[in-house]
Amino acid sequence: MAFQILLNLCMAIIWMLFKNSYQPMDFFVGYMTGLIIIFIFRRFFDSRFYIYRILAIVHLLLVFIREVLLSNIAVLKIVLAPKLDMKPGIFALPIGITKDWEIYILSCLITLTPGTLVMKVSNDQKTLYIHAMDIPDIEESINGIKNGFERLIRDVSR
Amino acid sequence: MTEISHSIIILFIIIGAFLNLAAAYGVVRLPDVYTRNHAASKATTLGVVFLLLATFLFFYIEMNLFQSRLILTIVFIFLTSPVSGHLINRAAYNSGVKLWDKSVRDDLDVTKKEAGT
Repeated sequence: MAFQILLNLCMAIIWMLFKNSYQPMDFFVGYMTGLIIIFIFRRFFDSRFYIYRILAIVHLLLVFIREVLLSNIAVLKIVLAPKLDMKPGIFALPIGITKDWEIYILSCLITLTPGTLVMKVSNDQKTLYIHAMDIPDIEESINGIKNGFERLIRDVSR
Repeated sequence: MTEISHSIIILFIIIGAFLNLAAAYGVVRLPDVYTRNHAASKATTLGVVFLLLATFLFFYIEMNLFQSRLILTIVFIFLTSPVSGHLINRAAYNSGVKLWDKSVRDDLDVTKKEAGT
């Protein structure tokens, strides 16, 4: 991905050199032309066309913001409820992603999702131990959300 | 136009202050370290971010100043506050702080016992 972006920047600079004018607008036009050229030659690269990956990152960011808002509403409900009747606990969640930065992003997302907080990443990096605010209520849906996050992060790193 | 922007700024400030207040209330009220950490690490994050957003909008609309430092602060808070919550929880667990009595599961404890024996 980084190589494709670098190539695209080089194409934009070469475009400016051809035009012999160095305005931001020329850079932009050159960048767009380079984007089209990279799209046409995409089968020569070993990774995907990089715009797809940028779209996946944006998608992840939007999901992140939505989850932050939802988690705050959930915490507010528990804190301001008249009776403390939640059932907290720690459960283990096996994960399928291996790279360090992927695990970091996943644990950040889990920490900021409704009612869950990462306690420990196991030593072999295959399990996350998560403290949940209300175990019987959310365990099923939480697993669904986690799989969704894992899929989104895989989309980015694919 | 200024009326709309004013009401948005006021709304953001009220939401942020309310979230911080609720977080403080949660820290006082909830029973053990881990559940308190839920309130402290989530509600305050969003509360501070709302306050910063309101400040940013105020300076941008009223005084026409684009303060990029406020945006950077929001990004830094989002990057660091989950990690601090995680580390406090982990340190508490490793130094043997007990869970609340009504906790229903503790997978981490089970695996620790298996590793020990």
